Amino acid sequence: MTARNLIEISHVSASYDGVDALDDVSINIKDGDFIGVIGPNGGGKTTLLKLILGLKKPDKGSINISEGLNIGYMPQQSEIDRMFPITVREVIYSGLMKFTDKSEKYLIDKYRNRYDELTQKMNIDSIADKTPGQISGGQFQKTLLCRSLISKPDLLLLDEPNTYIDKESEFELFQYLSKDSDVKAIMLVSHDIGTISQYVKTFACVNKGLYYHESNVITEKLLSQYKCPIQIIAHGDVPHTVLKHHNNV
Amino acid sequence: MSEFFSYTFIVNALIISVLCSISSALIGSWVVIKRKVLISGGITHASFGGIGLAYLLGLSPIIGSATFAVATAVGIEMLSNKGKLREDSAIGMFWSVGMALGILFISLSDGYAPDLLGYLFGSILATNTIDIISSAILSAFLIIWFIINYRKILYIAFDEQYAVSQHINVRLHNMILMILTALTIVISIRIVGIVLVISMLCIGQSAANNVTHNLKGIILYSFLFNMIACIGGILLSWWINIPSGATIIIILTLIYAIIALATGKKNIR
Repeated sequence: MTARNLIEISHVSASYDGVDALDDVSINIKDGDFIGVIGPNGGGKTTLLKLILGLKKPDKGSINISEGLNIGYMPQQSEIDRMFPITVREVIYSGLMKFTDKSEKYLIDKYRNRYDELTQKMNIDSIADKTPGQISGGQFQKTLLCRSLISKPDLLLLDEPNTYIDKESEFELFQYLSKDSDVKAIMLVSHDIGTISQYVKTFACVNKGLYYHESNVITEKLLSQYKCPIQIIAHGDVPHTVLKHHNNV
Repeated sequence: MSEFFSYTFIVNALIISVLCSISSALIGSWVVIKRKVLISGGITHASFGGIGLAYLLGLSPIIGSATFAVATAVGIEMLSNKGKLREDSAIGMFWSVGMALGILFISLSDGYAPDLLGYLFGSILATNTIDIISSAILSAFLIIWFIINYRKILYIAFDEQYAVSQHINVRLHNMILMILTALTIVISIRIVGIVLVISMLCIGQSAANNVTHNLKGIILYSFLFNMIACIGGILLSWWINIPSGATIIIILTLIYAIIALATGKKNIR
């Protein structure tokens, strides 16, 4: 049976001040997808997420989002003021702000178990009353991930989720995302192809255009063919050699 | 002391001190956490154009300043939102144009503008019943607005882009708060004047942020600090015959300095 399309992006172009960021991009995000979005700096990876989230309007093309789709989003933490007076608990519960017709008390009661489960899983349950300025970058990253997950989203969009976290936390994070989380589909932007290739199912190579690669194994040769000439750097347990073995993919 | 309270203008000044401390604590806390202090400066100085126009047309200066302040708040928000102009450039433009218009209108007015200095440097002892009623309405509205929208204010200020991604009408929310900021500034101008009003929106709040990292706490502490400074300023200016507006700001700054020294923090945003 064919998986249901959650999002259909068709021939979309987008620009900033007349400079093309994306040109004629098409991709469908389906139930069960785990897509790694890779590409050079300025290639349009974050723009793609912003288009899906409605943070940016396309110049051309269409984006169809299935009705009632709940999208969770984790931005890059560099875009957020770490000195802001807000607690970790409040940041996580702010992931419920879309339910504007429900009272705060109702939402906290309804999602308390979800909050406990997520914060324990991410090992940040003991820092609930701390502010972002009082915790580490990795803990803040996990806080933002919990915020994106608390509303039980169908689709999760993550922008550079493993930037600030150590190797052990990174492993736990991706294990959780690929096996334990209850989201239907994940799209994550990362520079770290070596790490994410262990967890994603497919790649979207974005450099103004978009080439969809229906496997989690990718090579520099293929990236070059996809007009996405980024160097694969050996990373963690996935060294260059493993990737080179798949040159014929 | 009983003689002190027997004067109506002193009682009026104390009442408006409390009311302005409420409005400036609420709006100032938002201004500080959203890093909108400079915008507040722009709105404040642009309102001088409205005061000048009111003098020229023989209207109440508070109506003129409120009109210019709200128009500036909306103008800066719209221009910077549409990306037509950088926010700081928009602030600079409204700031200087407002002042220029004020000077021009006043120079074109007939006769002498007797309480002009009061608008520039504050005249808390000259407040009247209309000032108190308008300040009371604004403070009551702000209290209700903040109670109903507290979470929304906090969450949107923390991460605006995320709020947009969650289909929250951030533009409308910010516009309303900018208009409320403009109105708070207009009311506070009576106390400390155009030149000094920005301090009511940021010094007490920064001192409060050294004591607590919680928005509710920042609001409550900055209310307390602003009120101490206003009442202390009135008392000192009465007893030793010095300008009340400037005294209020000096007391606020001393409060900030004492707290910064006591907590070992220098939180100026």
